[in-house]
Amino acid sequence: MFELLGIPPQALFGQLLLGLINGSFYAMLSLGLAVIFGLLNIINFTHGAQYMMGAFVTWMLLTYFGINYWAALILVPLIVGASGIVIERLMISRLYHLDHLYGLLLTFGLALIIQGLFRNQYGVSGIPYAAPELLQGGHNLGFMYLPNSRLWVIVASLVVCLGTWFMIEKTKLGAYLRAATENPTLVGAFGINVPRMITLTYGFGVGLAALAGVLAAPIYSVNPNMGEQLIIVVFAVVVIGGMGSILGAIITGFGLGLVEGLTRVFYPEGSAVVIFVIMAIVLLVKPAGLFGRTA
Amino acid sequence: MGMPRHHMMIFIALFAAMLVAPFVLYPVFLMKVMCFALFAAAFNLLLGFGGLLSFGHAAYFGMASYVSAHAAKVWGLTPELAILSGTLVAMVLGAAIGSLAIRRQGIYFAMVTLAFAQMVYFFALQAPFTGGEDGIQAVPRGDLFGILSTRPDRTFYYVVLAITFGGVLAIYRIIHSPFGQVLKAIRENEPRSISLGYHVNRYKLAVFVISATFAGMAGATKALVFQLASLTDVYWTMSGEVVLMTLLGGMGTVFGPLLGAGIIVAMQNYFASFGAWVLIMQGIIFVLAVLLFREGIIGVLARWIKKPL
Repeated sequence: MFELLGIPPQALFGQLLLGLINGSFYAMLSLGLAVIFGLLNIINFTHGAQYMMGAFVTWMLLTYFGINYWAALILVPLIVGASGIVIERLMISRLYHLDHLYGLLLTFGLALIIQGLFRNQYGVSGIPYAAPELLQGGHNLGFMYLPNSRLWVIVASLVVCLGTWFMIEKTKLGAYLRAATENPTLVGAFGINVPRMITLTYGFGVGLAALAGVLAAPIYSVNPNMGEQLIIVVFAVVVIGGMGSILGAIITGFGLGLVEGLTRVFYPEGSAVVIFVIMAIVLLVKPAGLFGRTA
Repeated sequence: MGMPRHHMMIFIALFAAMLVAPFVLYPVFLMKVMCFALFAAAFNLLLGFGGLLSFGHAAYFGMASYVSAHAAKVWGLTPELAILSGTLVAMVLGAAIGSLAIRRQGIYFAMVTLAFAQMVYFFALQAPFTGGEDGIQAVPRGDLFGILSTRPDRTFYYVVLAITFGGVLAIYRIIHSPFGQVLKAIRENEPRSISLGYHVNRYKLAVFVISATFAGMAGATKALVFQLASLTDVYWTMSGEVVLMTLLGGMGTVFGPLLGAGIIVAMQNYFASFGAWVLIMQGIIFVLAVLLFREGIIGVLARWIKKPL
């Protein structure tokens, strides 16, 4: 067996794989944030809680209704996305004429409520979610063992990310969306129902977070705090990537996951902070973020 | 610029009330309220007057609390020097983080401060001197100026009263100075302030550092009050709490953060047995405050009596 800088290849590739998986979640969540931010101009602080809801609803569907993982992949984003639509209609839509910070504060309050409710009901110790049969087992690649469940997360996340990118950048619907971001009044004058588009966009972004939650359920334990931990890292990812581009969110998400994995191999103590260190450096060199446009 | 009459009267009434309060209410509770009132006032200086929403003020509060606890316990410093060292560290930390954070604006600024605060949290979790999950416990309060024992709660209460009142008055003075006027101009219209020739970023950094310093002073004092520095002080929920206090009381008002701190601390104290429901209540207050009364309690009051409070 060869060694790389004194690190056994199993450990190295194992951590890289873990990094790639974390990166999948960073990418999907920062993508959802970017989609919502693009049209609503609101940093959705509830995003982490909505991701957690996604995982919990997946678990509930299986436990209480016997609905399996594959059905949850479709159902959960719809259910949680619908809850997002209600939130947008009832609350967020009242804030568009105000300073951005009110949207941030409102969604922060909502996150506290959602997390508190789940914490009351289920405590803080995680609940395991058994991976469906198809995802059990794995492949031996020679230099490492690749469990199917992890491969699936990476592939699914890539498909979702690229699908979203394609929809926004290459389709007519996406063109409307981008136009509405630039000038909602003008797009409205062309007979497009902009408020409804905004509502659906929020629902879609929330659905993305929930889908990430479904994917997370068999991998991490389902836990009321799972979103709270992740969302701050995702915010850092967003600052590094810059919120301007969808592709930026995807590339930065995966890239930073890998960087984090590498750090865990070579300097484990630094793995929790490496993303924040990178953020500090990027802010010094390129304040608008790697893929961002300066406003 | 003199202080308006009604402000002076409120300050005097507050001070008089706080002088007798420990004979009626539990002094440790009151000290906690005062520490958070100073913390919220420092935060409000940044948000309410500078227009900068920091979502990471727990970093200064918590780090100062660790440093002052360490200084008092391990180095055996007297309480005033322990608090001073915590405050200075918060100032340096504020300068470091602030100089990076002011490069971004609005919600990005909030996210950057939050992310840096999380970095500080991980530092506190792993650094050898912070005691990890246990924190620094059994911190001695020591003798003030090496003479007066501050071990009794009543005695230390008046030290805390002096610190917080001094801090709040200093913040008041800053708000009403020419520097504070420039801050308001930047908050209202940044491009115009730039075109008037103000070095906007210098002002922003200055107010950030001042705010971090006073937040640190509050945290350092709190460590000695509870004789404990722990991870909760540096965790991001603490940053959320100080936003809540300011929002509830009324951001951009002088007395709002003080009232907001009093309400939230009282709520946490008396509802502590409800567990996560406190979190839910805080969330509900957040949502209601944003949707229904953005001016906060004092803001509404000020509108009624048509005088700035």
